[in-house]
Amino acid sequence: MNSPDTILAPKRITAKNMTEKEFFYGHKACAGCGGSVAVRLALKVTGERTLAAFPAGCMAAVGFIYPQMAFQNNAIITTFPGVASMASGISVGAKALGLKDYKTVAFAGDGGTADIGLQALSGMIDRGDDLMYICYDNEAYMNTGIQKSGLTPYGTQTTTTPAGKNLPGTKTHKKNLFEIIAAHDIAYAATASIGYPQDYINKVNKAKQIKGPSFIHVYASCPTGWGTPTNTTIEIAKEVVDTGLFFLAEYENGEFKLNKNPKEFKSIKNHLSKQGRFKHLTDNDYDIITKQRDMKWERMRKFWTLP
Amino acid sequence: MKKNKLFISGDEAIAIGAKLARPHVIAAYTITPQTIAVERLSDMVESGELKAEYMHVESEHSAISACMGASAIGARTFTASSSQGLLYMAEGLHYCSGGRYPVVMMNANRSVALPWSIYGDQRDSLGLLDSGWIQVYVEDAQEALDMMIQAYKIAENPKVLTPMMVNIDGFILTHTYEMVNIPEQEKVDAFLPPFETVNKMSFENPKNMGFSSQPIDNTEFKYQQDRAMFDAIPLIKETDEEWAKTFGRRYHGMVENYKCDNADYIIVTLGSVCGTTRIIVDELREQGLKVGMLKIRYMRPFPEKEIQEITANAKAIGVLEKNISFGYEGTVFTNVNSSISKTKARPFMKNFVGGFGGRDITKQEIRQMFATLKEQTEPSKTVEYFNLNVATDE
Amino acid sequence: MNRPVKQEYNRPTHIKDFPVGPQFDAGHLADENAGWRTFKPVVDAEKCINCLICYLVCPDGTIIKGENHVSVAYDYCKGCGVCANECPKDAISMVKEER
Repeated sequence: MNSPDTILAPKRITAKNMTEKEFFYGHKACAGCGGSVAVRLALKVTGERTLAAFPAGCMAAVGFIYPQMAFQNNAIITTFPGVASMASGISVGAKALGLKDYKTVAFAGDGGTADIGLQALSGMIDRGDDLMYICYDNEAYMNTGIQKSGLTPYGTQTTTTPAGKNLPGTKTHKKNLFEIIAAHDIAYAATASIGYPQDYINKVNKAKQIKGPSFIHVYASCPTGWGTPTNTTIEIAKEVVDTGLFFLAEYENGEFKLNKNPKEFKSIKNHLSKQGRFKHLTDNDYDIITKQRDMKWERMRKFWTLP
Repeated sequence: MKKNKLFISGDEAIAIGAKLARPHVIAAYTITPQTIAVERLSDMVESGELKAEYMHVESEHSAISACMGASAIGARTFTASSSQGLLYMAEGLHYCSGGRYPVVMMNANRSVALPWSIYGDQRDSLGLLDSGWIQVYVEDAQEALDMMIQAYKIAENPKVLTPMMVNIDGFILTHTYEMVNIPEQEKVDAFLPPFETVNKMSFENPKNMGFSSQPIDNTEFKYQQDRAMFDAIPLIKETDEEWAKTFGRRYHGMVENYKCDNADYIIVTLGSVCGTTRIIVDELREQGLKVGMLKIRYMRPFPEKEIQEITANAKAIGVLEKNISFGYEGTVFTNVNSSISKTKARPFMKNFVGGFGGRDITKQEIRQMFATLKEQTEPSKTVEYFNLNVATDE
Repeated sequence: MNRPVKQEYNRPTHIKDFPVGPQFDAGHLADENAGWRTFKPVVDAEKCINCLICYLVCPDGTIIKGENHVSVAYDYCKGCGVCANECPKDAISMVKEER
């Protein structure tokens, strides 16, 4: 584990000073894909000596279609449940071979992280392996056609949680992924959103400095799965933070820290009703969603360090 | 004085063999009866005797995933499992062979639940025959140790680049003790070159690995995998010859022909029961009976040619295996029978099935098998459960 | 090379020319994405203040930094319109492709 003073405060990364090299380019992701923004930006921060691992999922499906290889750095598709362990193997193998100056990064979606990959991720953090894990959360299994995952929020219509007379779509709330990860006493974990790209890239940069496991949960909109126009990908991902349905936070040195504490939340209804997946919500559903949000914020504001 | 002989268990022999191969990364999850092997390797890492990274993974799926990751950066890897653990790895086994990661693993052959049994049979690995791994079955602890080192040489050969599973009977071999010759490290180093592959990430020549193929080229990758298995056959023989020259022990490559040359009745089998069968062959030969044993060492690639040649003049052949494919016959039998059916020979074929969940296979039972083969005058029921403890309605 | 470019790719005619295992050169592009577009982003160089917000948020990395204003790598732009939507100066307009 890193002690507080070993985490260096790195130089702030901006669009101006970041590398012009594109590492994720020519991929076949849907137009306006939020996951691509998350992967592309992270790789621009971690750089060309990144060893990237992707489980079966959107980014694997769109980036490695032989002979169209969309990663300029070393990258690999892993088993679906095993991205954390396979990436660990890369990192540990590189160490055993005496390689120097590299960063291993595992990228997985919400299903690959919070459901099928959770066990391997827990093992990776437990072992203290030296790698960064980024979960790009588009709130359902998008690659297979929009099925519910453990991070699909209440009320979402997916192809396995249809909304109808008897069901509101998804009946459960998002798993508390960030706190599950923090509970491992990881050196660094953060939440981010592609709607706040500056915040996100600097969290990636911070995680890059950690010698050991680090984790970022980044909210990444999906026009195809959410029923939103392709041009509002960033707008939606910003708005979700402003409504309080997602939050920007860090876990460091054993402490939770909110990075953004809006005085007033933007309208949930206005935000969700723009998305096809929430079109069916009733006032009762909005009440449930609002109550859940308020409970979460009450707890965060009470126990977490505020900005 | 350097000790080059040790009184050790099969599991310990595996651990010493793995150590001598100098793996960079070991990732394994414990399961009886594999445990002692990984415990000894942990000891060696602790003492500094083995310079390797030992990854304490949280499951077999992660064990094989971690090994693949390490292999993909060019590291030599080792894992070990058994039974349910091997089955939990199943996805990764196919993934590993398809990815052309020459991981070497030890599998302690054990019964598959349900009902639970920690004891031996071979239904775990034989059920995964199609996973694209080279599979070798050993007869004793010495062969286990020696095969660990040979395995890396075969698996990592650029023409093969296919993972390899060394199968050792659970408890019967993993937990029994024998005097085992320990090869000298310098000789092993001369025998086994460092792992080199084009199939890896590098900073000079970055790769996108484990990609998806389209229908237009998927078949070609599968064809390559298939060819690599066949290309392994001559290499398996050469490697064994080279081993014999260096270390003075020889296992005869794909199969061992034990007194089959003029035999009328042959038992084809694999693993530790070869030891018992050998004794009965000797005993019956002394009585003047023309019997022999064909020890299958490799199930994949399959020794078709060897089986065809060795059994060409036999009158009756029995395949003895601790395995059954429910609703048909034993998988070893299916493979042997298929090989023989492609020749002009038409021996009587019997499949002796038993020894499940650790049940002993006795000398008397093997004597009886030879007697059964001798009695064949016309085709009879193929599958015979030779050691059921109760009467049935069949 | 900041962005890989499309390369001529000839499908192997003999099995020995296939990659050994499913691995290939990183950044090897055999195909462009321009054909996906219905609308294309057009940058108004006068209005662009070079704030690079579009550069940051482009899912395809097809916004090119310039001395005074950004430009677009049209070979791989899919025309999603994120850049135009996020531009604080309305300097990018989405114009119907003419083919």
